[in-house]
Amino acid sequence: MSRFEYAPAPESRAIVDIKSSYGLFVNGQFVEATDGKPFKTVSPASEEVLAEVSEAGPADVDKAVRAARKAFDKVWGPMSGKDRAKYLFRIARLIQERARELAVLESLDNGKPIRESRDVDIPLVAAHFFYYAGWADKLDYAGVGDDPQPWGVAGQVIPWNFPMLMLAWKIAPALAAGNTVVLKPAETTPLTALAFAEICQQADLPPGVVNIVTGAGRTGQALVEHPDVDKVAFTGSTAVGRAIAKSVAGTHKAVTLELGGKAANIVFEDAPIDQTIEGIVNGIFFNQGHVCCAGSRLLVQESVYDEVLARLKRRMGTLRVGDPLDKNTDIGAINSAAQLAKIRELSQIGEDEGAERWSPECELPANGYWFPPTVFTGVSQAHRIAREEIFGPVLSVLTFRTPAEAVEKANNTPFGLSAGIWTEKGSRILWMANQLRAGVVWANTFNRFDPTSPFGGYKESGYGREGGRHGLEAYLAH
Amino acid sequence: MRKTYKLYIGGAFPRSESGRSYVVNNAKGKFLANASQASRKDARDAVVAARKAFGGWHARTAYNRGQVLYRIAEVMEGRHQQFSAEVAAGEGLSISKARAVVDASIDRWVWYAGWADKLAQVVGSSNPVAGPYFDFSLPEATGVVAVLAPQDSSLLGLTSVIAPAIVSGNTVVAVSSYERPLPAVTLGEVMATSDVPGGVVNLLTGSASEIGPWLASHDDVNAIDLCGITSDDEARDLEIAAAGNLKRVRRPAEEDWSADQGLSRLTQYLELKTVWHPIGV
Repeated sequence: MSRFEYAPAPESRAIVDIKSSYGLFVNGQFVEATDGKPFKTVSPASEEVLAEVSEAGPADVDKAVRAARKAFDKVWGPMSGKDRAKYLFRIARLIQERARELAVLESLDNGKPIRESRDVDIPLVAAHFFYYAGWADKLDYAGVGDDPQPWGVAGQVIPWNFPMLMLAWKIAPALAAGNTVVLKPAETTPLTALAFAEICQQADLPPGVVNIVTGAGRTGQALVEHPDVDKVAFTGSTAVGRAIAKSVAGTHKAVTLELGGKAANIVFEDAPIDQTIEGIVNGIFFNQGHVCCAGSRLLVQESVYDEVLARLKRRMGTLRVGDPLDKNTDIGAINSAAQLAKIRELSQIGEDEGAERWSPECELPANGYWFPPTVFTGVSQAHRIAREEIFGPVLSVLTFRTPAEAVEKANNTPFGLSAGIWTEKGSRILWMANQLRAGVVWANTFNRFDPTSPFGGYKESGYGREGGRHGLEAYLAH
Repeated sequence: MRKTYKLYIGGAFPRSESGRSYVVNNAKGKFLANASQASRKDARDAVVAARKAFGGWHARTAYNRGQVLYRIAEVMEGRHQQFSAEVAAGEGLSISKARAVVDASIDRWVWYAGWADKLAQVVGSSNPVAGPYFDFSLPEATGVVAVLAPQDSSLLGLTSVIAPAIVSGNTVVAVSSYERPLPAVTLGEVMATSDVPGGVVNLLTGSASEIGPWLASHDDVNAIDLCGITSDDEARDLEIAAAGNLKRVRRPAEEDWSADQGLSRLTQYLELKTVWHPIGV
């Protein structure tokens, strides 16, 4: 007997009520866009059109920023921290109440497995609001001096890989610190941000404190370049982050950037093997590898290379790729046709440059955007698949002999977002952590997040931190 | 006997490779000295020296870095008269006011020296995550910092921008005040005799407008302080150049160098590293 077959266990989508079209959320109301044309958001698992969404042009962005400014000056700025906290706690509770619905909506719009949106994304969203709610009336203790002040209006642009979690990372600390926000979700995943707008209405959040403008790069650019934005926060590609850093040059805007990565996941010969294999899988195949901190470069100590590879391949053979709403699914759909094309292109380059490609046999659905879990062996540090962020379920494997060599290879990248260490030796964990030039170092675990734990990169992975007290600091003038 | 004023790169005192020098006058326009006019090649050499020194300096214990910075203050004290004369001549101050500036500069080294082994406690954290992990965040030096030092305050200003960068383990390439470079050269001589490893502080005399763009666009520089740039347009262009490798940029701002300094120059050149260490039996 090879293995037990699974019966499908789909989560019902009846719980979500997707409207046929959505306006922009400005000043507490859904409004029609005035100078953009509507665009469609599709389910990447089926290519089914889910809804039509308005594209905000510069005039719409301007209205949203004005609403945010007015709310900052008249309501949110003057409000006591204690009262701001109550709104944030209420939002956290509303998210918990609507958690199942939000998880289904996220999986539909993004393509990620319901297991992840239900157990990781949405619980963390609620936790972030809960954590930062508690900061709102304690800003004097945030470590930025007496009487800390918010920047004012924050313009925030977020990616499509964790649509609602990234929204929470941006909005929760901004509001706790007393800023008002205009947020642009990614064009392929606007629906949970729009559901969040409804939650703001249900929480009676004063109009203008949160504004959601949907659209693509043009909308984001209008927001970031708007002269009345005081603080810019962006999560996304290093290329766009660089463009934003240029566009705010010579202004007084404060900026935080959370950009790309090419994390080393380092396995020593004494690592707990079963746990390590799960960690490697979680490191690169979690969320289809659409993770800026994904463990996309596996560094294995030579003495255990054969065993690790054999076990990894066996485990990859049991990963289930398919319907994101099926509770058995491990790997969902690639978020967009464009991203799928990029993953295919870089994987082809991996083959062309001489690395060996392997995927388990797996049937992919006929419609939608899919890519099988893939591992490349025989990868050198010069290969593009070892240097560039693929942002897909593609793992590059390299080897090392000594800890010093592992450090050398791990740090040989312009990025510096995250890293993983697998060993049973506590002193080695701390020695390695000390040597690695990365903002987050996981030991015997990977891709773990917590609202209390600061997250962000070194070098070209950006600057500023999100999460914890340090994440709050990014929204206080100092 | 008069002194030749040279650059300070990698612990040595070279002339500019370009062979250029420029006339330095006192505040009344009278000739003081010829200073080396650093070129882009000198700036690149200085970055190489700073990168080479980074690993060792950054790996020192905080206690040791604090001692080394304190030693700078001690050695400066021995050259008090020389610094006072240079500051008085360059900044047009009376000798008693210049002495007060030198006192303040020495005090500033002492103040920053004390931060070496306190930063991690003040800006780091232990994070109570919901899981079996000891999760902590520690500050760490960002790497090579380029400093375009203040044009007006040639010693106190210079001290106030270099000390906060190196105390945490960064290494520095600094371009001195153009018109008042002499205290920077003398500070280099202090560095060379106070246990600061070669390459940790590199001092270039010359024009920030000329050298700044090469430092701002240099891919092996991690951060840049633009405080010596007085033109808004130039500052903007340097910030644009710095975006190439996403340098941490400190924009120019009105500064009162005599006032107490906060934490912001220290934290400007720090990265925060969060470590998740497993807990289990």
